[in-house]
Amino acid sequence: MAAVSLGLLWAIITTGVYITYRILSIADLTVEGSVVTGAAIAAITITRGFNPYLAVAFSFFGGVGAGLITGLLHTKLKIPSLLSGILTMIALYSINLRIMGKANISLLRIDTVYTVFENTGLSSMLSVIILGIIFVGCLIGILYWFFGTEIGSAIRATGSNPQMVRAQGINTNTTIILGLMISNGLVAIGGALIAQSQRFSDIQMGIGSIVIGLASVIIGEVLFGRRNFASRLLSLVLGAIVYRIIIALVLRLGMPANDLKLFTAITVAIALSLPVFRSYLEPLRKSVKRNK
Amino acid sequence: MLRVSRIIKIFNARTINEKVALHNVSFKLEKGDFATLIGGNGSGKSTLLNCIAGVYPADRGSIFIDGKDMTKLCEYRRAAFLGRVFQDPMMGTASDMGIEENLALALRRGKIRGLRWGITNKEREHYKKLLKDLGLGLEARLGTKVGLLSGGQRQALTLLMATIKRPKLLLLDEHAAALDPRTAKKVMKLTDRIIEEENLTTLMVTHNMRDAIKHGNRLMMMYEGRIILDIKGREKQKLTVEDLLERFEDISGEEFADDRTLLSQ
Ligand SMILES: Nc1ncnc2c1ncn2[C@@H]1O[C@H](COP(=O)(O)OP(=O)(O)OP(=O)(O)O)[C@@H](O)[C@H]1O
Ligand SMILES: [Mg+2]
Repeated sequence: MAAVSLGLLWAIITTGVYITYRILSIADLTVEGSVVTGAAIAAITITRGFNPYLAVAFSFFGGVGAGLITGLLHTKLKIPSLLSGILTMIALYSINLRIMGKANISLLRIDTVYTVFENTGLSSMLSVIILGIIFVGCLIGILYWFFGTEIGSAIRATGSNPQMVRAQGINTNTTIILGLMISNGLVAIGGALIAQSQRFSDIQMGIGSIVIGLASVIIGEVLFGRRNFASRLLSLVLGAIVYRIIIALVLRLGMPANDLKLFTAITVAIALSLPVFRSYLEPLRKSVKRNK
Repeated sequence: MLRVSRIIKIFNARTINEKVALHNVSFKLEKGDFATLIGGNGSGKSTLLNCIAGVYPADRGSIFIDGKDMTKLCEYRRAAFLGRVFQDPMMGTASDMGIEENLALALRRGKIRGLRWGITNKEREHYKKLLKDLGLGLEARLGTKVGLLSGGQRQALTLLMATIKRPKLLLLDEHAAALDPRTAKKVMKLTDRIIEEENLTTLMVTHNMRDAIKHGNRLMMMYEGRIILDIKGREKQKLTVEDLLERFEDISGEEFADDRTLLSQ
């Protein structure tokens, strides 16, 4: 259950990672910073007495701003995308500290987005699951619609063949920046919701989030296929949940929590290199067949 | 229709790799002209097309299309006036997207894209009709990912995309060169048909002397970044490969030595 609730919230971050990594074909490290930006903005606005839902909206715009910076660095200043993301990520570390004023903020005994559900007598975990399902459901609907529109199609095409997209009269700088903004906006929403469910925001909470996001994207694709766009979006959510279940299992099997990041990194490395192994194995398989 | 005046393009200026790819190139295409452009490897044909399309800016000179100054416009803005097909069949289409999605992107060339649906049902009928005219059976596969099509099918689709909005100028850069001879012939036939039906002003680069002579109403030849021959009208109709080789040698003072061109005669 805990895995499901955490997985649902991470699914939002996973969709953000999916937009940059699969749709735009950019590995965007801004994510590591914008998760925290989302959490930081939510924490600071909620403790100042703002409505927690409004706080999530503020977080979204914070993430959008982070994506905009990375996008400008990459498209206007021609800095390679990976480096642009790293620069923003590092800059965000300081900015996030400034937003929070200290390394972590507690959200104990404060109304969060989950309080509405908890007040009806639901457990806090169920509240997270219900709110998670509502958010993820809306998100899938909105993204499905958006990537079917003219602008959305242009963004998808940019990841596939930017040269062709320019020849069709589309400014690829705009589509790349837009994609990065949406992606990081979603990641920040994820950060805001996670901070509220764990009842604290911490400057370290973004570390490894890009790898966790990638792991979830890949697990989703491997397990649930990638037929049409709707099923792909759904597979992201399932991937994020399965990732959490796997983590819960290996922890129960006795893996020290400190080794988790190593475990995730190795899993993702193996998953990303599968095509290479396949290309080694293919001739082998063929020759075996021929010799039969 | 197209006016190119005194274009200079230098790659890697002020380094040991400096290369003057275009030397003061000037020419005009009249409305409805179909000009073929021929020349050896590295003579500057692709560079000329790329300067016209705005892939990179020219170092000097100006480019006008239909009276509008294109010189300072960036690539995606010029696209509203142009249709382009490239040598590499991969270049002209988005392989992760369906046939109809690619056509829909092309149909919106030069328009502001908003939050309207990316493809409408009315368009689909239009695409079916256009694809049927290609005669490749693609009309039944609107949703198929373009990455699954053969090179010839992709070039035919790219040609359709390039002309779906009736461009002021069609730029073809050896668009049949990567195809096997039979497919290349088909694609060239299709090219001729579309250009004639739509009466498109066209600039077509080719390596094949026969094609350069057979197609269009005008033939230009490039050599070391300059246009050294420009043959029009009746003279073009009577032209033979031998004439062309002879005239090239007269002007350049050397033999035409381009393996690809000679082999493809
Ligand atoms: N991006 C570039 N950077 C540096 N040099 C370039 C670049 N593009 C072209 N060149 C050089 O400019 C010259 C003209 O190249 P271009 O591609 O226009 O020739 P081409 O006539 O199209 O030849 P081909 O028949 O081989 O396609 C060549 O010497 C080439 O090496
Ligand atoms: Mg060329």
